[in-house]
Amino acid sequence: MGGVSLFQDDFRLIHQSLEKLQQRTQANAILLIDRAGQLITSVGKTDKLDITSFASLSAADFAATKQLAALIGEEEFSDLFHEGERENIYVSMVDSKVILVVLFDKRSTLGLVRVRATQISKEISEIFQNIYKKLEEGGPTTTSIVDAEFTREAEEEIDNLFK
Amino acid sequence: MSLINYASREINCKIVYYGPGLCGKTTNIKYVFSKVAPETRGKLISLATELDRTLFFDFLPLNIGTIKGFKVRFHLYTVPGQVYYNASRRLILKGMDGLVFVADSQTDRFEDNIESLKNLEQNLVSHDMKMDGFPFIFQYNKRDLPSISPVEELESVLNQKGAPFFEAVASQGIGVFDTLKEASKLVLRLLTTT
Ligand SMILES: Nc1nc2c(ncn2[C@@H]2O[C@H](COP(=O)(O)OP(=O)(O)OP(=O)(O)O)[C@@H](O)[C@H]2O)c(=O)[nH]1
Ligand SMILES: [Mg+2]
Repeated sequence: MGGVSLFQDDFRLIHQSLEKLQQRTQANAILLIDRAGQLITSVGKTDKLDITSFASLSAADFAATKQLAALIGEEEFSDLFHEGERENIYVSMVDSKVILVVLFDKRSTLGLVRVRATQISKEISEIFQNIYKKLEEGGPTTTSIVDAEFTREAEEEIDNLFK
Repeated sequence: MSLINYASREINCKIVYYGPGLCGKTTNIKYVFSKVAPETRGKLISLATELDRTLFFDFLPLNIGTIKGFKVRFHLYTVPGQVYYNASRRLILKGMDGLVFVADSQTDRFEDNIESLKNLEQNLVSHDMKMDGFPFIFQYNKRDLPSISPVEELESVLNQKGAPFFEAVASQGIGVFDTLKEASKLVLRLLTTT
């Protein structure tokens, strides 16, 4: 299965790409989400957004749409668009583990978002390729923080929480 | 797929509740939501039919706390148990770190449990996962009802691999936390060994 570990340098690169996308599209917010529904990171205005719920639902939405595509014999819909009265949601795939979600309003357009998001997705995909490679080569793994002490403390928290 | 973010210092893990229709998956997660300290929980999202059957999933994020500087979060999901929702069920397994199989103890649901377990095995294949590749917990639910199978019988048929198991009455909260506690500990322990 294999989890993903993100380190400072890669994270900074990812952020730069997302910020660039935000500037170029005037998007309100951009989220990078793993296909299991967990938020990786975001830029822009997200303070009024329940970002955890949003990440989980976007991933599910994307997964369901992908299956719909398969049912009509499409390899994949490359992206997904929901139009609202004030705000729109654009979702596209970065790679097999990661999706990109752009929230934008009338200061931007779908065409612009789509073109820019495709470019940035490529950049981010390359960053992730690097991350996966490093993980495979056994770079710094989870063990560097998740050790016996970590497990003990975490189990204490769990015992306290689920009483 | 556990996600460890060293930059934002977060660890996220995903636990899925699986099992036949009406076995009590949603009841488990609702109980957790109602009993856990409010500051540790996020919003409970239920994508359900009008009759309260799970249509796509329930989702509950939990903050376990900050451990050695890392925020540890668990994301709980339930799948829809009804047979014909298999397509959605399969999707929810994506990136799962640990699984709770909720079995319905009622004798007339015995076959449904077996069926659901088989279905799980098939669905895992599409994610390149195997039954013994992740933490797995059994919960024998509805122990309060009159016509139920003895635990030994459920054990011998469902739990071939000797995974940890708990008896439960989810509707009264009995066994719900014990199950989740064990599942989350196993998931965290696996992090140390991968
Ligand atoms: N008597 C009894 N009833 C229970 C117990 N646990 C759940 N129930 C009831 O069983 C019914 C179905 O429970 P749910 O939690 O919705 O079942 P589910 O597994 O989520 O079902 P699907 O969403 O269709 O997959 C509800 O009416 C619950 O109140 C239990 O331990 N004992
Ligand atoms: Mg349900």
